[in-house]
Amino acid sequence: MVKVLIDGREHECEEGMTVLQACEQAGVEIPRFCYHDRLSIAGNCRMCLVKISPGPPKPQASCALPIGEGMKITTDSPSLRSARKGVMEFLLINHPLDCPICDQGGECDLQDQALAYGFDRSRFAENKRATGEKFMGPLVKTVMTRCIHCTRCVRFANEVAGVDTIGMLGRGEDVEITTLEQTLDSELSGNVIDLCPVGALTAKPSAFRARSWEVEKTDSIDVMDAIGSNIRIDSKQGRVLRILPRLHEEVNEEWISDKARFSCDGLTRQRLDQPYIRKEGKLVPVPWQEALTLVATKTKQARARCAAIAGNQCDVESLYALKKLLEGQGSQMFDARQGGAQFDPALRNGYLFNTTFARVAESDALLIVGANPREDAPTLNARLRQAWLHGSLKHVFGIGASCDLTYPCIWLDDKPQRLVKLAGGKDGVFETLSQAKRPMLIVGYDALERNDGKEIWHLCGVIAEKASMVQEGWNGFNMLHRNASSVGACEIGFNRGLEGIQPLLVAMVQGDVDVAFVMEADDFDLESLKRCFTVYIGHHGERTAAQADVILPSAAYTEKDGTWINTEGRVQQGFAAVSPPGAAQAAWRILRALAEELGEPPAWNDLQGLRTSLVQEHPDLGTLDRPLSAAWQSLGKAGVLREDAIVAKRDNYYMTCPISRASETMSACTRARRALRSSAMTHAA
Amino acid sequence: MLKDKDRIFTNLYGQAGVDLPSSKKRGIWDRTAVLVKKGRAKIVEEVKASGLRGRGGAGFPTGLKWSFMPEHSPLPVYLVVNADESEPGTCKDRDMIRFDPHRLLEGCLLSGVAIGAHHAYIYIRGEFVREAEVLEHAIEEAYKAGLLGKNAAKSGYDFDLYLHRGAGAYICGEETALLESLEGKKGQPRLKPPFPAACGLYGCPTTVNNVETIAVVPTILRRGAAWFSSFGRENNHGTKVFSISGHVNSPCNVEEVMSIPLKDLIEKHAGGVRGGWQNLLAVIPGGSSVPLLPRTLCETALMDYSSLQELNSGLGTGAVIVMDRSTDIVRAIARIAHFYKHESCGQCTPCREGTGWMWRVLERMAEGRAEVAEIELLLQVSKQVEGHTICALGDAAAWPIQGLIRHFRSNIVKRIEARQLAERQPVAAQ
Repeated sequence: MVKVLIDGREHECEEGMTVLQACEQAGVEIPRFCYHDRLSIAGNCRMCLVKISPGPPKPQASCALPIGEGMKITTDSPSLRSARKGVMEFLLINHPLDCPICDQGGECDLQDQALAYGFDRSRFAENKRATGEKFMGPLVKTVMTRCIHCTRCVRFANEVAGVDTIGMLGRGEDVEITTLEQTLDSELSGNVIDLCPVGALTAKPSAFRARSWEVEKTDSIDVMDAIGSNIRIDSKQGRVLRILPRLHEEVNEEWISDKARFSCDGLTRQRLDQPYIRKEGKLVPVPWQEALTLVATKTKQARARCAAIAGNQCDVESLYALKKLLEGQGSQMFDARQGGAQFDPALRNGYLFNTTFARVAESDALLIVGANPREDAPTLNARLRQAWLHGSLKHVFGIGASCDLTYPCIWLDDKPQRLVKLAGGKDGVFETLSQAKRPMLIVGYDALERNDGKEIWHLCGVIAEKASMVQEGWNGFNMLHRNASSVGACEIGFNRGLEGIQPLLVAMVQGDVDVAFVMEADDFDLESLKRCFTVYIGHHGERTAAQADVILPSAAYTEKDGTWINTEGRVQQGFAAVSPPGAAQAAWRILRALAEELGEPPAWNDLQGLRTSLVQEHPDLGTLDRPLSAAWQSLGKAGVLREDAIVAKRDNYYMTCPISRASETMSACTRARRALRSSAMTHAA
Repeated sequence: MLKDKDRIFTNLYGQAGVDLPSSKKRGIWDRTAVLVKKGRAKIVEEVKASGLRGRGGAGFPTGLKWSFMPEHSPLPVYLVVNADESEPGTCKDRDMIRFDPHRLLEGCLLSGVAIGAHHAYIYIRGEFVREAEVLEHAIEEAYKAGLLGKNAAKSGYDFDLYLHRGAGAYICGEETALLESLEGKKGQPRLKPPFPAACGLYGCPTTVNNVETIAVVPTILRRGAAWFSSFGRENNHGTKVFSISGHVNSPCNVEEVMSIPLKDLIEKHAGGVRGGWQNLLAVIPGGSSVPLLPRTLCETALMDYSSLQELNSGLGTGAVIVMDRSTDIVRAIARIAHFYKHESCGQCTPCREGTGWMWRVLERMAEGRAEVAEIELLLQVSKQVEGHTICALGDAAAWPIQGLIRHFRSNIVKRIEARQLAERQPVAAQ
C-alpha cells in the first residue's frame, strides 16, 4: 500500500495505480475525456491535469501518472482550474455549436464538463474547422466535426474488439478518425457509440428519434445470446428506441453485442398482435376466448399425446408454465433444444459455463470445440481476447470450423475424430493442455447440434478430466450455449434426455403427437409438424406461425417481466419496458388462461405466485445473480462418432432469431458485412 | 576563441576526405579498442566528469542519462541516435554526417559500450538523402574494416549499427515519437514516465542521443574529461557547434567554446550583422523554438544554457538566427507559428488546437487585422499551451510568440493602429 495526500487528506491506495484512479478511489472526481478504465491510457485530452509535489512545476496528466509514496496531489487550485479551462476552450474552439440537434445532447461529456470549465463566450474569432463526413457502416453515424480526438474508439477497436479498421490519419489540427469508408467489421462495434464522449459517433438507427432525457429507462436482460448481458431499454411512447449496456463486471462488463443493441427495431415489425385460427386453410383473426376454447378442446382430446417445443429466448416462467400444462395432460414430451443439441440436461456440471466469465482471465490454455465465441458470445470473446492480450492465456486450440477470433487460435482439425486422439492423451496438444495451470475447454453448439453431439459432449468431458481441467478451485469445462433459454430449460427440467429434440420430432412424424405447442420456436424442421394440430405461441409471424393451426400472440423480451439463466447459470431478471402490441400477452399468462380453460387452473395467479411455486420446486433458482455450480460428474458414455466435419451452422451473425430477422438494421448489417467480405475477397484475388 | 588544436570536428567544412582512410588520418578509429576496454563504468564516469550536456536542445547531462540505463537487463538494450535534425535554423548534425560520418560511428560504438547496447539505430531525417547515402557508405566501410559488427574494432565487443530513414516529420525528432516511428508506427510522442531508459524501443531499455552528443564522446575519452570541461562556465562545459544563419555576412557552422559571447560569435565567425551591429533587430539564439532576444540583450548574452535561461530564452540546438532591421518581426514569428501548427502531431489537445489558433491570430496581426486586446489573448493562449502538452512541441510553439510579445509588443500595437487608421475612411455626409 502507498500513502498519498490528496488535497490535504491522507489516502491509502494500491501500488501501481494511477493518480487519477487513486483520486477516484478517494472520492475526488477528476474531469477527463480520453481516459477510460477499460482501455489503454492515451493521455491526450489533457483535461485531467493535477499538480504533484514534489515534482515538476507544470501540471501533470493524472491518468498517466503512476502513484508514488508520499505524493502530495492537488486536484483543485486556481492554476489547475485555469489549465483545465484552457484545455476546455481548446476543445470547444473547433467544436460545432450544434448541441440542439446533436443526439449526444444530455449525455455528452463535453457538455457536462463545459458546465464546470467552459467560458461563457468564445474568444475564438477564426473560422472553425470542419471535417468531411465519414462512413462507418449501418450502425455508427458520424459527425466528425464534433470529434475531440480522444481516440477512445480507436483504442476500443484495437484492444477490445480486436479489429484494426479504425484509426487516426493526418496530423496537427487536421487529424481525423476514419475507417477509410469501410464498415466497422466487429460484432461489438456499437460500443464505440457509448465510448465516444461527444456526438461524433452516435447510433444511426435511432438518430433524431428522441432526446436522451425524454426516454423511459428500464433495466433488463439481453436474450440474443446466452451471455445474459445486462441491458437498459430506452423507450418512448411505447416503442423501444434503443438498447444500451448496463455495467455488470462479471457478465458483460460494459459492452454489448451489436445484435443485442440494434435488433430492437425488429420488435415493431411482423408482430403477431391478435390470436388467429386456421379456418378453411386460412388464418383468421379471432378473439382470445375462441382461440383458447379451441386449443383447450384439442388438448383435452389429445391428453398425453401433446408435445411442446420451446424457442431460444423463452423466459423461465413461461417454460415452467408450459411444462406444468403438459405434465397436467400426462405428457413428458417437451424440449427447448430446437437446434438439436445433444447433451444430458440432468448433469448440471455438463451444461454450464463452469469457469464463469470473470475467471476466464485466469486461464492459460484453451480448447474450443465447435464454437465460435466471436459470434456466439461477442462479449465473452472480448474477455478471451483480453486474457490473451494482458492475461495468462497463451495457447488457444480449436476443433471445428476455423474462424477469426481476434486472437491467435490453432485450428487442429474440423473432424470430431481429433477429439478421440486428444482424449487418448497421446498428443502434443494434450500435453500443452494438461501441463497448463488452468486449462479450459469450451464446447459449443456447432459440435453439439449433431447426431453425435452427445458423443462429442462425452469426449469433451473425458478430455476435461484427463487434462485436469477440473481441479480444486477451478472447473475448466464449459458449455457455451447459444440461446438465452437453454440453461433455464435444463434447470427446470424442460429439456429431457441425452438425445435432445430428436425423439420428439420422430414421435411427431410417426403420428404419436396430436397437439404440438410451439413456443417462440422457428428454427427446427417444421415438416415434423405436418401431422399435428399446431399451436404457436409467439411474437413474430414467421415460419411456424405460417403453418400453425392456432396462433396465440405473446410478448417479446422487452415487453415482459421475466427470468433468464445465462450460460454460467446466473439467474437474472428483466423488466417490461413497453406493453406488448395489440392483444398479445406474456406467454405465461396465455398458458395460465389455457390451464384455466382446461379446467385445471394452477395454484398461482400472478407472476409472483408463479415464481414462488417455481422456486419451491427449484430452490437454486431463488438466488439471483450468482452462478450455479455443481460437483463434477463424468459426462455420458462413449459412442460412435460421425465422419463428417464439424461445420459452422450459422452463416449470418446478425440474423439468428425472429426478432433479429425482422430487423431492418440487422439486414443492413448483413448486407454491409457481405459487401465487406466480397470486397476483401476481390482484394485477395 | 577556440584554438584549432582543440577542435573536435576537424572536418566540419568538408575540406578533407570523408572516407575511412582520410577519417583515420584525423584520428578517428585510432585505437578505439583501448577506449572500449576502459569498460562501461569508466566511460560513463568520464563523460559525467566532462560535464557534457545533450546537444539536441534540452541539455540534459549525458553521463547522468546513461547512468539511468539498467546495469543488467534481461531485454536487449538499444542506443538510438537522433539525426532527425529539423529545428529551423539548425544544420550542424547535417554537416557532421556529411563530412565526418566516422566520428559519429565511433561515437556510437563507445556510447553503446557505455550503456551496454549491442545494437544502435541512427534515425536520420528523411530529407537528408545525400547524408543518408554518406552514412550508409561509411557504415559499409566500417563493417568491411571490422570496426563494426562482431568484435567491433577488435575490442571484443559486438556492435551492430543500422541506419533508418524517417519520412520528414519534425515531431519525430522528439525522442519517444522517434521510437514510435522507428517501430513503424505513427510518429506521436509517448507518455512519460516510463522513460526510454526503462521502456524504449520495442519496450526495451533505450537511450536516445543527438548526433553531436554521440560524436564528441570519442574525443572526450581520448583527451580526457578535464580537457573538455576546461571550456565554458560551470554547468556549461565543452565545445559546441553553432549554426549561424540569417542576416549575417557569412552564415556558417562553427565549433566554439561554450559561453562565448553571442556578439563575438556573430562578429568573429559570421562576418557580423548585415549592415553592422547597430542594424541588428533581434536574434533567436537556439533554433526557432526559443524566444528571441532584442539587440540590447544580445550585447551581453553568453552562448550557454545558464546565461540564455536568465534572459528568458534558451541555448536549444545552438542555432543562431540573426534578424536585422529589415525584418518584419511579426511576420517572421507568424511564419514560425505556422511551422509548429503544421508539425503538431495532433495527439494532445492544447497543441493540436492551440498552434492553429495562435498562427491564425499572428497571421492577422502581421497584417494589422486585429484588435490590440488580442495581443493579451494571444499571450494567454500561448500560456494555455505551454506546459500542458505531452511533449515539448507545445512549449516550442508557445515560446517564440511569448518572446515576440515580451520584446516587440509595441511593434504589433503600432501595426494594428496603423491599419485601423487606414481603414477609417471618411463617410460622405448625406
